[in-house]
Amino acid sequence: MSQSTGTGGGIAGQSESDREQMDRHGGVHDLAPGDEPASGEEVASGVRGYLVGLALAAALTVASFVTANGSFVWGPAIPAAIVVLAVAQMGVHLVFFIHITTSPDNVNNVLALAFGVLICILVIGGSLWIMYNLNTNMLPMQMPGMPGGTGN
Amino acid sequence: MLGKLSWSAIPLDQPIPLIAAGVVLALLLGVIGWVTVKGYVPYLWREWITSVDHKKIGIMYVLLGLVMLIRGFSDAILMRSQHVLAYMAPGYLPPEHYNQIFSAHGAIMIFFGAMPFTIGLMNYVVPLQLGVRDVAFPTLNSVSFWLTASGALLVNISLVVGEFARTGWLPYPPLSELAYSPGVGVDYYLWAIQISGVGTLMSGINLVTTILKMRAPGMNYLRMPMFCWTSLASNLLIVAAFPILTATLGMLTLDRYLGFHFFTNDGGGNMMMFMNLIWAWGHPEVYILVLPAFGVFSEVVSTFSSKPLFGYRSMVLATMVICLLSFMVWLHHFFTMGAGPNVNAFFGMMSMIIAVPTGVKIFNWLFTMYGGRIRFTTPMLWSIAFMVVFVVGGATGVLTAIPPADFVLHNSMFLVAHFHNVIVGGVVFGLFAGLTYWFPKAFGFQLDETWGKRAFWLGVVGFVVTFVPFYAAGLLGMTRRLQRYDVASWYPWMIAAGIGTLIILAGVVCQVVQLVVSIRRRVALQDVWGDPWDGRSLEWATSSPPPFFNFAVLPDVRDEEPYWTIKQKARETLQLSATPDYEDIEMPRNSATGFVCAFFSTVIGFALIWHIWWMAIVGFIGAYATFVVFAWRNRVEELIPAAEVARIDVRNREARERALAAYGVRQREGVPA
Repeated sequence: MSQSTGTGGGIAGQSESDREQMDRHGGVHDLAPGDEPASGEEVASGVRGYLVGLALAAALTVASFVTANGSFVWGPAIPAAIVVLAVAQMGVHLVFFIHITTSPDNVNNVLALAFGVLICILVIGGSLWIMYNLNTNMLPMQMPGMPGGTGN
Repeated sequence: MLGKLSWSAIPLDQPIPLIAAGVVLALLLGVIGWVTVKGYVPYLWREWITSVDHKKIGIMYVLLGLVMLIRGFSDAILMRSQHVLAYMAPGYLPPEHYNQIFSAHGAIMIFFGAMPFTIGLMNYVVPLQLGVRDVAFPTLNSVSFWLTASGALLVNISLVVGEFARTGWLPYPPLSELAYSPGVGVDYYLWAIQISGVGTLMSGINLVTTILKMRAPGMNYLRMPMFCWTSLASNLLIVAAFPILTATLGMLTLDRYLGFHFFTNDGGGNMMMFMNLIWAWGHPEVYILVLPAFGVFSEVVSTFSSKPLFGYRSMVLATMVICLLSFMVWLHHFFTMGAGPNVNAFFGMMSMIIAVPTGVKIFNWLFTMYGGRIRFTTPMLWSIAFMVVFVVGGATGVLTAIPPADFVLHNSMFLVAHFHNVIVGGVVFGLFAGLTYWFPKAFGFQLDETWGKRAFWLGVVGFVVTFVPFYAAGLLGMTRRLQRYDVASWYPWMIAAGIGTLIILAGVVCQVVQLVVSIRRRVALQDVWGDPWDGRSLEWATSSPPPFFNFAVLPDVRDEEPYWTIKQKARETLQLSATPDYEDIEMPRNSATGFVCAFFSTVIGFALIWHIWWMAIVGFIGAYATFVVFAWRNRVEELIPAAEVARIDVRNREARERALAAYGVRQREGVPA
C-alpha cells in the first residue's frame, strides 16, 4: 500500500490535507508493514534488524537439520523438536521480516494475522478431523490394484 | 494447431442451444453495431471501459449481474418446463443437455449473477457511506471487474463452442475427472471460475482495505453504517475462503490436465477430500452473498421506518459472529458422506447455533419497524417479504441441520427448496431492494413505483408458488437433478412449480418494463437534491448522481448517523452549513489495464480449455506485459483544481438550499414533513 508502488497508486483521491485531517480525527493512523518512513539513522537500524533476522533464521534452519540427522535429541522427541524450531522460525520471520509489532499502529496487521491463523486452524484442523473420522468409519478396502485407497 | 478445437465443437445437430446462441449472438452484434454506428465507442471507452471510478465499476458489476440473472433464469424456465412435460415421457431435453442446464443454472446464478450484483452494490455504496472518494486500489478494482466479466464470457461461449459441465454446479469427482467427463465441459467450468475467482479475491482485498483504512474523518468502526459492517464481514470471508476454492479447483485441474491423483478413484486419490474442501469454501460463500443483503435490509428498514436501526451494536456483533461461525459448519453439506456420529453431531449443532445471530438480526429489524412511521415503498416491500420468506428458509435449514433428518432429505427436492428459499428470499430480494433503494443515487432519477410494486408482487407470489411445491415433492421422495420421472404424486407439484415460474417470468418482465418506463419518465422522476428517501447515511449527503470525486469536502463524522445529524441541524436553523474551503483533489487516472488484462485472460482460458498451448503462451505474455506497462506508468493521479470542485459543489448546495426552503415553507404551513 505504499504510495508509489501499490496497485492503483495508494490511497486514492485524497490530498495530503485530507489524510492529515483523517489522522487528527481517527487517532493513530496505522501503517502497512514496511511502509514506515525512512530517514538516515532508521535505514541503518533497519538493515541491522534484517541482518539479525537473517542470522537467527539461518541458525534455526541449521539447527533443524542437525536435529533431524544427528543424535543430538532423543530419537522419539525429534518431531516435537522440529515443530518447536519451525514455530520459532515463524516468529523470527514475523518479527524481523514482516515487522509485526505490538505497537498501536500495528493493530490491523496483528488482527489480520490472527484472523488468518484462526481460519487456517479451523479449516486444516477441521479437515483432518473429518477425514480421519471418515477413514475409520469406512469399510476397509481390499480391492486389488488400489494402492493406498481411502480405506484401511 | 487448434488443439482439440474443430468444427464438431459447434452443436449443429442440437437446435435448442444453437437457436439460443444465435439469438444471443445476434443481440450482441446488434448492440455492438448500433454503438459503433452511433459513434458511442470513444465515449464508452473513455467513460466506462477504462474507468477506475468505483461508482462506474459498481454499475457495470450490477449490469453484468442482472444480465446473468436473466441468463440463469432462462435455464430455470427450461428445467421447469421439462418437468411439466417429462412425466412418463422423455420431455424435450435429452439427458446430456438437461445435465448441462442444471449445472449452468447453478454456476451462473451464484458466480455470475448473485456475486457480481452483490459486489457491485458494495463497490458503489461502501465508499459513499464511508465518506471517501474511491476504493483503496482503483485500478485493481477495474481489473477485478473485467476478470469477472471474462469468466462470464467463457461460460457463455460454452453454449455454442463445445459444451458445459454436466456435473452439477460444483464439479464433484470422480464424475468430473477425465475418465468420466472426457469433454471440455468441466474445463470450461474450471477456467471460467478460476479467472473470475481471482477477480473476486482481489475485489475482496480491495474492499477490506478500503473499510479498514479509508474512512471519513471521525468515522470510527462503531459509527460505520450497517451495510459497511456487513460488507466488511463479507469481504473478510472472500479473502479467507476464495483461496480454498482456487486451490481445490487447481487440484482438480492438475488431475485433469497433468494426470495427478488428488481426487481420482485410483493412485491414492480421495474424492471425499474434494467435497470437504469445496464446502470449506462453499459455506462461507453463502454468507458472502447474504451478509451484504442483510446490510441492505438494515439500511432500507431503518430509512423507511424513519428510525435509527434498533440494536446497532448487537447487529455488529451478530454480523461478526456469523462471519466466524460460517467457517465452522461446512460438513452439513455432506452429513451422508460417512463421518461418525460425533463429527456429524458437532457440525449439526454448529449449524443450528449459526441461526441464533441471524435470529438476532430479524428481531432487530422488527424492532426497528416497531413504532416507526413506515413508508411502504418497493425496497421496503422487498425487505418485509424477505423477513417472512427467510424465516421459513431458516427454519427448514435448522431442520436439515439435524443429521438424521438430513439423511432422509439429502439431495432431495426439499433441499433444493430450502436453498432457493434462503438464497432467493435472502440474497435476491436484498439485491432488488438495494437496486431500487440506491438507483436514484446512481442515476439521478427514481424507479417507477407502480411497475416496481407489480414486479414485487409477481416476484414474491411466483417464488412461493414455485418453491413450496418443491418442499412437498421432496417429502414425497423426489430427488434433485431428475431429467424425467414416472411417479404420479409428484406430477401435480411439478405443474404448480411450472405455473410459479410463469408468474416469476411476469415479474421479470415487469422489472424490465419498470426500467424502460423509468428511463422514459426520468424528468418526472428526477431526484433533484440527492436525498429522495429522507436517508440517514452519508451517501445521501452528496448529489445524485454524485460528482466523480464523491464529496467536495470530506464530511466530519460525529455520530452513528452523520447525514441525519447534518440534516436535522440544517432543518432547525433553516440554513446549510457555511460554504467550506475547497481544496485541490487528486483522483486516480483512468486505465485500460483491467480491460486488456481480461482480454488476455479470456484468451488464456479459451486456449487452455481447448489445449491450444501456443495461444495460452501468447495470452500469458500479453497479460504479463500489461502488468509491466501499468507498473511503469508515470502519472498516477489527476489534479482537480479547487475552483472546479467549487463550481461542481455549488450546484449541489443550491439544490439543497431550495429543498431546505421548501421544508421551511411546509413547516410554517403546518404540513407534516
